[in-house]
Amino acid sequence: MRAYKPKDNVQAKAYYTDRYYVAPQVPKSDVSEDKVFAADLEAIKAKFEVKEAYIQVEQMVIYINAHDIYGVLELMRDELEYTQLSELSAIDWLAKSNQFEIFYQMLSMTKRKRVRVKYFIENGQAVDSVEKLFRSADWAEREMYDMFGIEANGHPFMKRILMPYDWQGHPLLKSYPLEGDEFAAWYEVDKIYGKEARDIIGPELRDTARVDRYDSERFARLGFEVPKGTEITGDEERHVESYQEEDGVFLIKKLDKESSKVIDDPQR
Amino acid sequence: MAQVKNRLTPFFENITFERDDNELILNFGPQHPSAHGQLRLMLHLQQEQIVKAHPDVGYLHRGMEKMAENMIYNEFMPTTDRMDYIASSSNNYGFALAVEKLIGLEVPRRAKVIRMMLLEINRLMSHLFWLATTALDIGAMTIFLYAFREREYLMDIIEGYCGARLTHAAIRIGGVPLDIQDSFLQQLRVFLNKLPQNIKDYEDLLDSNRIWLMRMEEVGVISTDMALSWGCTGPMLRASGVAWDIRKEEPYELYDEVEFNVPYSDKGDNFARYRIYMEEMRESAKILYQCIEMYEKCVKDGQTELMAHAPKYISAPKLDIMTQNYSLMQHFVLVTQGMRPPVGEVYVATESPKGELGFYINSQGGPYPYRLKLRAPSFWHTGILTDLLPGHYIPDVVSIIGTTNIVFGEVDR
Repeated sequence: MRAYKPKDNVQAKAYYTDRYYVAPQVPKSDVSEDKVFAADLEAIKAKFEVKEAYIQVEQMVIYINAHDIYGVLELMRDELEYTQLSELSAIDWLAKSNQFEIFYQMLSMTKRKRVRVKYFIENGQAVDSVEKLFRSADWAEREMYDMFGIEANGHPFMKRILMPYDWQGHPLLKSYPLEGDEFAAWYEVDKIYGKEARDIIGPELRDTARVDRYDSERFARLGFEVPKGTEITGDEERHVESYQEEDGVFLIKKLDKESSKVIDDPQR
Repeated sequence: MAQVKNRLTPFFENITFERDDNELILNFGPQHPSAHGQLRLMLHLQQEQIVKAHPDVGYLHRGMEKMAENMIYNEFMPTTDRMDYIASSSNNYGFALAVEKLIGLEVPRRAKVIRMMLLEINRLMSHLFWLATTALDIGAMTIFLYAFREREYLMDIIEGYCGARLTHAAIRIGGVPLDIQDSFLQQLRVFLNKLPQNIKDYEDLLDSNRIWLMRMEEVGVISTDMALSWGCTGPMLRASGVAWDIRKEEPYELYDEVEFNVPYSDKGDNFARYRIYMEEMRESAKILYQCIEMYEKCVKDGQTELMAHAPKYISAPKLDIMTQNYSLMQHFVLVTQGMRPPVGEVYVATESPKGELGFYINSQGGPYPYRLKLRAPSFWHTGILTDLLPGHYIPDVVSIIGTTNIVFGEVDR
């Protein structure tokens, strides 16, 4: 029987974990410990539902409802002085709960504070674009769409940004293998030479350090290497590799001045 | 095997290069020498004026975030070099600091001083490189040669420290791997003593140069609102009237102990950005002088520790590994399986030469980060071209791309 491999998360896994190992937690503290954060949280709570809020590594993290995001960010920008959206992206929890977690990293330069606004969406659900509030969301949401396939409602140009426009699949999903999938292996061959050239060229190996130990044509034929695709007859010529020092390093043990020739002209 | 040429149809299938409305579409890059890497710009032109700009990135996309999810933390360190490869130690540092915050490590003081020196040397290298290439794009070949000469001295110092000139990997999670070499401080002093004169030379050549002024002044004006909205940071933001420097506002390492100014301008044009780069070089030099003093004080006080002591996460010093069984076992586990930071998440921003370099790490207690997001400043500094270029003329494109100081290793990651 083949070993079972989960399809929904094909990323690298720890090959050994102590069964009694309990991972420690990064400490979380209550929002009331920081006055500025507490005031901000009150202002947000007055208008929107906040599911959870805490401070972790000097930054406040709040969980809200997905449909509130535009309103919350608008409030934060206009009234709470969080004037910059530093970053937004998603985390793939599809294997665990069929959800994505979206985070928005906000910065207030007047208060010198950073807040992370987060919410969950179901697989296949779209988010509300905040591009009207922060132009930086234009590219960030495109990147999120490109990497996770999460669309943003109301975005002016919802196209891929890093991958080619005709790419299939979303690379940062946990179900997407590191070396790329079937489509990725044939993408360039199909595009440049056509499908009919697949047999001749072969799939693209995205791990260039990989050595195929079953490649009997090139890898295992030391001294009898042939170009790829050559018919192997068995009477190939041997390529002899030799080194300069093979017969011992050339050394003058005793210099005889009489029989040696002195070169006067350095140009010779 | 021959390529079937007509298979390579452009992605924009509706492209016509000259339309009835006299609008010309110009494909700038991705191999244009002044595109600073692999930037492709689709420019819609009315005569010579740009009416619409569409930056197209991704030609250098290597999927670093994906790679990070499949690597142990220490393995990922050299990969960060390939982001902003003009100042690679600052990427190393951003990542190291994020992981240190995640596991709550305190780095020894001597390592902090060495890190600060590396960071400021990298900032100088980056700014010199910026000056050289931007001036070259605009046509000032002399500056290019001068600035590269100075950058070469700095690269020699760095090479003496870590053996590499461009991709340093000079910082470790928990400290630095090595103490600085004997000649480091002396070489650095020689360089710093010459630097003010060098900067003055550049300024003498550029500040009142008529061509330079025409290409720089009142060109590429970014308003404060636009800079904030587009997530601009670093010199791009400071040139637009916001004196925000993370080293000053949210100090990390020992930046709260050194004295330096944050130059800023409210002009927002190319020339303002140029002035800020020049002033920042002076400030870096000021910080480096103070770092030298701090380092000498560390030596005098006998602070020799270079790596944090945290056996769960950081290998013991080499001497211990070679002589003590338990250290060897720890080291073996940390190398083969990797450290396992606590469950939690962290976003740490540092002031890289280009702007705010942020690392978001979500750890689920495993040896691989569950999610790692790289917030590279250049990504947004490229995005802003969409709004910035319309209204300008073709020659301005080159000078605007120049002063945004974008590096594509970082944009595409």
